[in-house]
Amino acid sequence: MTTVEERKQLVQEVLDAYPEKAKKARSKHLNVTEEGASDCGVKSNKKSVPGVMTTRGCAYAGAKGVVWGPVKDMIHLSHGPVGCGYYSWSGRRNYYIGTTGVDTFGTMQFTSDFQERDIVFGGDKKLAKLLTEIDDLFPLSQGTTIESECPVGLIGDDIEAVAKKHAKDTGKPVIPVRCEGFRGVSQSLGHHIANDTVRDWVLPKADEYRKLPEGFESTPYDVNIIGDYNIGGDAWPSRKLLEDIGLRVICQFSGDGTFNEVVMTPLAKLNLIHCYRSMNYICRFMEEKYGIGWLEYNFFGPTQIAKSLRKIAAAFDETIQEKAEQVIAEHEKRAKAIVAKYRPRLEGKTVMMMVGGLRPRHVVPAFEDLGMEVIGTGYEFGHGDDYKRTADYVKEGTVIYDDVSGFEFEEFAKKLKPDLIAAGIKEKYVFQKMALPFRQMHSWDYSGPYHGYEGFEVFARDMDLAVNSPAWGLIETPWAS
Amino acid sequence: MRQIAFYGKGGIGKSTTSQNTLAAMAEQGQRIMIVGCDPKADSTRLMLHSKAQTSVLQLAAELGAVEDVELDQVLQVGYRGVKCVESGGPEPGVGCAGRGIITAINFLEEEGAYEDLDIVSYDVLGDVVCGGFAMPIREGKAQEIYIVVSGEMMAMYAANNIARGVLKYAHSGGVRLGGLICNSRNTDREVELIEALAEKLNTQMIHFVPRDNVVQHAELRRMTVNEYAPESQQAKEYSALAEKITNNTNLTIPTPITMDELEELLIQFGILDSDDKYQEALAADGKAVATV
Repeated sequence: MTTVEERKQLVQEVLDAYPEKAKKARSKHLNVTEEGASDCGVKSNKKSVPGVMTTRGCAYAGAKGVVWGPVKDMIHLSHGPVGCGYYSWSGRRNYYIGTTGVDTFGTMQFTSDFQERDIVFGGDKKLAKLLTEIDDLFPLSQGTTIESECPVGLIGDDIEAVAKKHAKDTGKPVIPVRCEGFRGVSQSLGHHIANDTVRDWVLPKADEYRKLPEGFESTPYDVNIIGDYNIGGDAWPSRKLLEDIGLRVICQFSGDGTFNEVVMTPLAKLNLIHCYRSMNYICRFMEEKYGIGWLEYNFFGPTQIAKSLRKIAAAFDETIQEKAEQVIAEHEKRAKAIVAKYRPRLEGKTVMMMVGGLRPRHVVPAFEDLGMEVIGTGYEFGHGDDYKRTADYVKEGTVIYDDVSGFEFEEFAKKLKPDLIAAGIKEKYVFQKMALPFRQMHSWDYSGPYHGYEGFEVFARDMDLAVNSPAWGLIETPWAS
Repeated sequence: MRQIAFYGKGGIGKSTTSQNTLAAMAEQGQRIMIVGCDPKADSTRLMLHSKAQTSVLQLAAELGAVEDVELDQVLQVGYRGVKCVESGGPEPGVGCAGRGIITAINFLEEEGAYEDLDIVSYDVLGDVVCGGFAMPIREGKAQEIYIVVSGEMMAMYAANNIARGVLKYAHSGGVRLGGLICNSRNTDREVELIEALAEKLNTQMIHFVPRDNVVQHAELRRMTVNEYAPESQQAKEYSALAEKITNNTNLTIPTPITMDELEELLIQFGILDSDDKYQEALAADGKAVATV
C-alpha cells in the first residue's frame, strides 16, 4: 500500500468512531494530499459538528484579539459583561513599543462590565459615559473601538449612534464593531467584520484623521505591512528586511501599529500582506478604491524569505531587485550556519500542525529548511482559498484536517506518531501528556520572533529544544516496572 | 397559594379585566398580590388609584442594582388590601424588557413577597414574544393561564399563539390553560366564535364579559367597577368571573391550532372570506376601478 492509501485508510478508521450523521459531516473535512493535486480537497468554513471538541473561537475574538487589538494607541473596549474582556486580556503577545497606560494600551483591558441593569435598560448611556471617561483618563488615546459582545446584539443597543455622536463631539475616531460572538462559525467572521469597520468607519475619513509626519513626501517605495500582528516581535525583523531592500514601510497594520498608521495606508504603493486570512478583505477594498495592489509574502524560513523578497522586489524597479539579491546574499551565510547547526539534530523528524488561518501552510517550508517533514496540517478557521494555497506547500501523503476535533487530532497523532506537534494552547497539554514534544504555533510559546532570518534562528532553536529535550526520556512509566 | 396569569393581545383589556376580577376576588375574602409584567407599569393603577407605582426595575436603575432595592419600596397595598408590584422595564426601543421581567420576579421571590397570599396574579404584556415574557408560566410560577380575547381576528390569533407558549411549558413546568375570557367588542356571533375557538384549543370560554361604558367611567376615576359602581350589572359580571376562576377545575393542556385551521374557523363565522370570495372581491374592485 502507498502512503496515500494507508493514510486514507487511517482517516476512515478515525471517522468510523462517529455516529452516521457526524461521520458524514466530518468526512468532508478530512483528506490526504494526492500527487499533483491543486487543492486539499476538504470543505471548510462550515459550522462545527455539535458534540465534538473544536478549538475555534468567536467573531469577537477575531475582531478584538486579532485585527483591532494590536493597534496600540487606541483603546479597544470589550462592550458587554466582563468575561469576554477578561479572558481575552493580552491573549496574543502582540509586542509594541510605547508607555502602557500613557500613549499605548495594548496590555490593558477595558470593559463596560455589563450588569443586569444594563441588559434590561440597554447599555448605550453607560457606553457614552465610558467613552468620556476614556478621554478624561487617557488623553493620549487616539481613538476607541467598541467590540460588542453577544448580549449587545441580543438587546439591540444602538452602539453606532453612540459612536457617531461621541466622535462628532470630540473629533476622535470611535469605531463600533458588531462582532457579537454568536455571528458566523468561527473567529474568521470577526476578522471580516473588523476589516469592514476599517472600510466603513476609518478609511472614508482617513484624510481628516491623518497626521502626516513633518516633511512627509510620498515615494515610489512606500509599502504597508498588513496582517503581521507582531507576535513575539515578528513584525520587527520583517520590517527591517523590507527596509534593507530599499522599501519604506509607512504602516504596520496592525502589529505594533498606531491609528495614524491605519489612516496612512491609502498612501502606500503596495500592500504586503502576511496573514491573508484575516486581512485580505481590506487589501481587496484598497485595491478597488485606491488602486493599491497587494502581494502575499512569507517570512518563515530562509527559502521562503528569499522567494518572497524576490517576489516583492519584482513589483519594484531594478535598484530594489538588486538590493534584494544583496540582502539575500548577505544573510545566506547566517542562514546556512543555522541550518548547519540544527538540521543534523532535526533531520527526518516529523511534524503535525494545526493552527489558525495562515501558519498551517506558511510554516511548512521553515520546517523543511530544517530537514523536518510535515505529515499533517489543517486550519481552525481557514476557507477554501486557504486550502487552495496550501496545496502548493504540502507534499503527497500529508493528512489535511479542517477544524479538526480533539478526538481526530489525538487519533491521528497516535497512528502517525509525529516527533513534534505544533498547535495551540488547547492542544498543548493533551499531547504533552501523551509524551509528545509540543510547540505553540499561535503564541510561539512565550518565544519569538519567528519571522525573518533572526526569527528563523529562534524558530530552529525552539524546535530543537522541543524535539531533542531529554525530559521525556526521564519519565518512567509508573506501571511498567 | 394559587398563581394565575392573564395574557392576551395588547390593548385587549387584560389589565382592566384582571384588576376588576381580582377586586371581586378580594371582596370574596382572598389575599391577593398583583405582579404587573409590562414595561408600561399600568397593571395596578385601578387598585392604587394612581398613575403608575414605582416599579422594581425603575428603582433598581436609580439605586444601581436590583440587590439595593427593598421590598417595601416597591410593594404597595391597594384597594381591599390587594398587594401591588410592577416589574417595570426599559423605555420603548432600548434594552431587554423580557430580561427585566425575569429580574423582577427573581427579586420578588428572593425578598419573600410570596408569603401569606391566596392568589398571585401576573398581568403580562401582549404576546409571548420571547423567553422573558414566558417567565411567569415557567416552573414554579403561574399554574393557570387565562387568555383575554375578543371576537376580533388578531385577538384570536394572539390567543392561539399564547396557547402555544403554554403548551411549550405544560410538560416541563406543569402550567395549564384555565380558559378564555371573552372581553366583548360586540363583533358578530362573538360568543359562538370564542366558544368554538375554546373547543379547538381544548379549553373553555370561562366567561363572557359584555361591553359596558361603566368600565371606562370607573377607569377615568382610576377605580375598578366594583369600587365605583358596586351595584352595576358589570360589577356582577366581574364577580361572576371571579367566582368561576376561584372554583375553576377545568385546567387543560391546550391544543393550539395551525394558521390554516384558525382561518377556516374565521371563514366559518364569516369574519374572513374564503379564498374564492377574496378573489371575487378583488376582481369586483378591479371592475369598480376600471369604470371610474
